[in-house]
Amino acid sequence: MKKLSARRRHPLAALVVLLLALAVTGGLYAAFAPADKAQADDTAQSLAIKEGKKLFAVGCASCHGTGGQGTSDGPSLVGVGAAAVDFQVGTGRMPAQQPGAQVPRKRNIYTNAQIDQLAAYVASLGAGPSVPEKSQYNSEGANIGKGGELFRTNCAQCHNFTGKGGALTNGKFAPTLEGVDPKHIYEAMETGPQNMPSFGDGSLSQQNKKDIIAYLGAVNGDESESPGGLDLGGLGPVSEGLFGYIFGLGALIAVAIWVAARTTKAKKS
Amino acid sequence: MSETGRHEDVPEETLPGERETAHEGAVATAENPFADPGLPPHEHRAQDIDEQAAKRSERTVALLFVVSMIATVGFIASYVAIPIDKIVYIWPIGHISALNFALGLTLGAALFCIGAGAVHWARTLMSDEEVADERHPIEAAPEVKAKVMADFAQGAKESQMGRRKLVRNTMFGALALVPLSGVVLLRDLGPMPGTKLRTTNWKKGVRLVNQSTNLPLRPEDIAVGSLTFAKPEGLEEDDEEFAEKIAKDALMLVRIQPQNIKDKHELSWSHEGIVAYSKICTHVGCPISLYEQQTHHVLCPCHQSTFDLSDGGRVIFGPAGHALPQLHITEKDGFLEAANGFEEPVGPSFWERG
Amino acid sequence: MSNETSATTTRRGQAPRGERIADWADGRLGIYSLAKSNMRKIFPDHWSFMLGEVALYSFIIIILTGVYLTLFFHPSMAEVTYHGSYVPMQGIRMTQAFESTLNISFDVRGGLLIRQIHHWAALVFLAAMMVHMMRVFFTGAFRKPREINWLFGFLLFVLGMFTGFTGYSLPDDLLSGTGVRFIEGVILAMPLVGSYLQMFIFGGEFPGHDIIPRFFTVHVLLLPGIMLGLLVAHLILVFYHKHTQFPGAGKTNNNVVGMPLLPVYMAKAGGFFFLVFGVIAAIAAIASINPVWAIGPYRPDQVSTGAQPDWYMGFAEGLVRVMPGWEWNFWGHTVNFGVLIPIVIFPLVLVAIAVYPFVESWVKGDKREHHILDRPRNVPTRTGFGVAWLVAYFVMLIGGGNDLWATHFHLSLNSLTWFVRIGFFVLPVLAFIATKRICLGLQRRDKDKVLHGRESGIIKRLPHGEFIEVHEPLDQEQLHFLTQHEQPEPLELGPEVDENGVERKLSRSQKLRAKLSKSYYGEDNVIAKPTVEEYKEITSGHGHH
Repeated sequence: MKKLSARRRHPLAALVVLLLALAVTGGLYAAFAPADKAQADDTAQSLAIKEGKKLFAVGCASCHGTGGQGTSDGPSLVGVGAAAVDFQVGTGRMPAQQPGAQVPRKRNIYTNAQIDQLAAYVASLGAGPSVPEKSQYNSEGANIGKGGELFRTNCAQCHNFTGKGGALTNGKFAPTLEGVDPKHIYEAMETGPQNMPSFGDGSLSQQNKKDIIAYLGAVNGDESESPGGLDLGGLGPVSEGLFGYIFGLGALIAVAIWVAARTTKAKKS
Repeated sequence: MSETGRHEDVPEETLPGERETAHEGAVATAENPFADPGLPPHEHRAQDIDEQAAKRSERTVALLFVVSMIATVGFIASYVAIPIDKIVYIWPIGHISALNFALGLTLGAALFCIGAGAVHWARTLMSDEEVADERHPIEAAPEVKAKVMADFAQGAKESQMGRRKLVRNTMFGALALVPLSGVVLLRDLGPMPGTKLRTTNWKKGVRLVNQSTNLPLRPEDIAVGSLTFAKPEGLEEDDEEFAEKIAKDALMLVRIQPQNIKDKHELSWSHEGIVAYSKICTHVGCPISLYEQQTHHVLCPCHQSTFDLSDGGRVIFGPAGHALPQLHITEKDGFLEAANGFEEPVGPSFWERG
Repeated sequence: MSNETSATTTRRGQAPRGERIADWADGRLGIYSLAKSNMRKIFPDHWSFMLGEVALYSFIIIILTGVYLTLFFHPSMAEVTYHGSYVPMQGIRMTQAFESTLNISFDVRGGLLIRQIHHWAALVFLAAMMVHMMRVFFTGAFRKPREINWLFGFLLFVLGMFTGFTGYSLPDDLLSGTGVRFIEGVILAMPLVGSYLQMFIFGGEFPGHDIIPRFFTVHVLLLPGIMLGLLVAHLILVFYHKHTQFPGAGKTNNNVVGMPLLPVYMAKAGGFFFLVFGVIAAIAAIASINPVWAIGPYRPDQVSTGAQPDWYMGFAEGLVRVMPGWEWNFWGHTVNFGVLIPIVIFPLVLVAIAVYPFVESWVKGDKREHHILDRPRNVPTRTGFGVAWLVAYFVMLIGGGNDLWATHFHLSLNSLTWFVRIGFFVLPVLAFIATKRICLGLQRRDKDKVLHGRESGIIKRLPHGEFIEVHEPLDQEQLHFLTQHEQPEPLELGPEVDENGVERKLSRSQKLRAKLSKSYYGEDNVIAKPTVEEYKEITSGHGHH
């Protein structure tokens, strides 16, 4: 104890402490950051199947195999359908960048035409859901209230009340649905990307899906109302508690400091 | 009140250093440099010596009170003028209710300015001279205590509590028994448990109906990797006891390739790989349904109990104590139906569960 | 006391009107004797003394807004179909409780504001009580004669938690309903009586039709009534004991230095009520809280991720989340330890802080009154314990929000749960050790300052080239401030054998007490404060280097 106290005043002590702290933080992060259990999904098919095949060979074959039959790094794409490709590539998830618990959404690097070609190629490998028509996911004829109820029954358990996302096991997560194209939401329900279960027409009818998308548009769109003010991320009591402590109690303590502070004295003459 | 802050005690302020220190606090630096020097002399604020400064403070206080009045008028005006459903975009808050925003800010300003005015008044115009008050011990002096004890002894004696034991004991008995009436009265708060916690509406031959589409489920509706929620046929949302029933009956259906089902018993209760599990967590009863179709794990959003649906609903993480109950299902006339009721109680454990 | 011929009686024997009213009241209430000791009562000024006021005022705000809300709220679980003005809920079945909450939010002008003020004030109320409690703890303000008042405050905090819980459950929304379902699970987990209690409390099977009306009575009448009583007792005791004060020039254990209630504290404390109300109203204008319309009505088969209670229950939630799934089956009975153990630890953690004053006074054998506050550094063991308790509390708060921490910091939910499981036991110990060392370091620095003066920041070069920093001696006020605290000797057990060579019997509690006393005052746990001799030797000698 004596030794420690003596060395504490060493000029390098602060540096040592800082380095230790950084090492501990880094170590903890490495320990808690999700281990890589990458599970990729699907990709591509044809009319421009040929073009798609070329694109596939460059961007996808290394993981999914040259014929889309799957390898140890990526699942088979036979039978996943065009909708899966449109979703995975359209949201930038595929091609995957780095292994991790889950492949996240990122900037899409393909043009729409290229995505269609890839989708056509993959669809040619085996029959699967096709890309939905606009009439299937626009809000025309949708019942927002019913959509909300369906959302709370089928989706909210992972994606939160208004689609802000949530945690799954071992570093996996249900992503936020904010700013996701309705088409992609439809495709995700239909194909069940990564660990999301699929909701085929036997599970959620086409009208059900339409209602859900309309509900999301109403509560989680750019124009969505939050009548009470800041929605604090829509995450519920945790962010409310933090806000209450930091801005509520924080502001009141600042006020209390002013109330109790000594008034400035006149300069001594 | 709001127009003129009173400040009559400002001029006759004692001069600095004039007042005595509050107690013995000596300046005995020679013997004890750590001695309490006593209260420091009072120093004047600008407002105490400069009437100009005091006037400025007075005006500030008055201004704050006036702002409060204006804010109250603003509150009433907003209440009358702004429609309740009006939504405005306020950066950076978002699309919010104009009425709520206006009412809250005007009310906040009206209240805050009253407080700020009062505090500013106290801080700048009222005397800021610190004074000391004596403390007295909380404990009573010995003679007071002696008097109380004597009084008590006399009172106790006069009551004859000690002498007449029969009176005392029967009184305690009566006082101890009388609250029982209150306890008995609570009996009708609710029914006896009976078998309510053990039974659900699932029994042999009840069809599985899709929660979302309200249609009876066929095996082909349920694809590998999908998730479907089901209720027993005949249970409708507008039923009188829908909530109580669905709280026990809610079911989740998934299809797993039969070769991936590790538990033999589970396989035998499935239909072509379709397995039906209670949606109610065995920990405290949250509707557990965060299904990961690749791992077949299902996570509870409340306390993160994790169950493996490919292994008999076994608990693999979290505070749940036992596996999710599985419902034995079968197919009849192309529709899925229960082959039997649940064999164990669904939901959280209870003492008699066994 | 009331005499009709007041000194200020004016001509014609008519006193001023105000005085006559006061005389009338005094004849019936004895207000003059009350005012005599209280009107110019002295209160010391410090911002941390106002935390309790924040709690008091938010409580008043909660009562005012709560009364307004009862005018519109229907605590009924009868089911209706919504046809109000919020479109995404139209056509949905819900209870009247939820429907009327939507109506308050969308159809009553200002209803949304009052709801949000009510809820924000509740969060601030609990937060202020917590921080107030910590202020009292770390400064030792709970010592004699204030132990009872500490318990009153503690009870207010605990009752506040449950009032909050029953309150946010009233709208019967999907989030709070999930919390009520959790309560059902907790009740069921009670050995022997669980299933009976569950049936009685819910009036039948979950959710039934009784729980919201019953919570309503508890929330608006039973708990606030008890709290109001405790609050009044708490305030009376604050007045009666007179406020504690920080050490400083002129402040002793026998006085209280500050400003009088009339007028300064009337204005400051009265004004502060409006400031607190104003700030909370502004927050309610800016930030949404518990947007039940986005959450939806409760249905037992629905749920959302991120299902958490309000922050003050978060620590209990954490305990439940990180508990391993243990369950016992024997002779046809089941004990659900996954619920039962957290529910037992939860009050124990709270009680640990509640009984601390009694433990400390027993260990110290201190029976005197204390009105001068401790500086936390001067009582390292208490400060260490307090920090350790807070660390345990906050680790569990993290546990209670583990899913959100996981998603927002890209961590694994499972690893985070393990971190909390281990951290709950390890981190408080580390915090205790670290805090104690920091306190001792600060004590050392104080001693340095007393003996060698304050570092002035002025660097001087001596003739032979050495650079030194000039130290300024402290004035008497600071010297007094840094040396006024007491440093008693630790409790001694005495020799193990008495003068006749007979072994003395020492009870276990005596030994424990001596050991604990050492942890407060023993050599390693205190830096001996500078003595007058030390000071004189250094200052009279070669002066400052």
